[in-house]
Amino acid sequence: MSVPEEAWPYIAITGMAAATFLVRFAGYWIMSRVPPTPFVRAALEALPGAIIVSTVVPLAMRGGLAAWIGVAVAAAVMVLVRKDIAALAAGMAAVIAVRSVGFG
Amino acid sequence: MDASRLSPPRAPCTFAGMVEGARLSLPLLPGTLVFAAAVGATSAEKGLTLGQAVFMSLSVYAGASQLLGLQLWTQSFSLAAVAAIVVVTMAVNLRFLLMGASLQPWLSRGPAGPVHVGLAALTDANFVVASRYHAQGGQDTGVFIGAGLFMWVIWTLATIPGHALGHLLTDPKRFAIDMVMPLTFTAMSVGLFRLRRDRLAWPVAAGVAVVTAQLAEGYWFIVTGALAGSLAAGVLRERA
Repeated sequence: MSVPEEAWPYIAITGMAAATFLVRFAGYWIMSRVPPTPFVRAALEALPGAIIVSTVVPLAMRGGLAAWIGVAVAAAVMVLVRKDIAALAAGMAAVIAVRSVGFG
Repeated sequence: MDASRLSPPRAPCTFAGMVEGARLSLPLLPGTLVFAAAVGATSAEKGLTLGQAVFMSLSVYAGASQLLGLQLWTQSFSLAAVAAIVVVTMAVNLRFLLMGASLQPWLSRGPAGPVHVGLAALTDANFVVASRYHAQGGQDTGVFIGAGLFMWVIWTLATIPGHALGHLLTDPKRFAIDMVMPLTFTAMSVGLFRLRRDRLAWPVAAGVAVVTAQLAEGYWFIVTGALAGSLAAGVLRERA
């Protein structure tokens, strides 16, 4: 193909952006066309938590001991002080500490 | 259901709400700065110019997918290489589809124009901020939009020092950068749990996600787990 070499990175980035904007709008548009039955409403209400659980648990499993300890520390700090920033900082500090002694 | 035929009340969209959205995003700022810097550093390592790195953060604005897309970066591009990068990006970002769906019943009651600006800025940050705000009874769609725009600017700007710092930040495991998203989500999940509603959804989501993670590469587990958990909540409601 006669695409100039220096254009390729921009083509790739534009493709990534287009794909991402598509999924950003698609869920909203699809739900605009689905009738809000009790089933659909209950499913949507539970969706944010389900997304979070489905993200955290497998990533923690892949991350091993350090990740589990980090998640536990972040959750505990959040329950105690209700500050996201403290929970994130404590969780990251725990991960770094556990990794620095050679785990995970 | 007759009740669902009644047009629901409009949701406001105020400037004060946008400011509130930015304010509610502040706790996510340190994690986002470090993550964006890591993406900028990886861009430099993969041979992107500063302009290309900033263009990517501005136009894609989705950290995990940018990191994975950059892993597939090459010096000898072809259409096939671009297609692989685009497909991986979409797969990693499919969770946005579910996030947009879950916010739709609320956002659709706001003004369409601003709401679509917010959707253009949809990512983990404004999703968790807006979900929690709405779960606590908040109605102002400006919170979703303001949080999204604020983090979009921060994300794009923070790419620049990352690109300059380069090799210092390219290993995501250093400084636990790879754990920013799961740890932020963990903190956000506290207070989101409702026993009656989630007692089936959360275990189902976790179980399906874990099994998927064993079977499939990449981030498919977020999509399968979230869908399974959400459907479980729907089934539970129908039986109640």
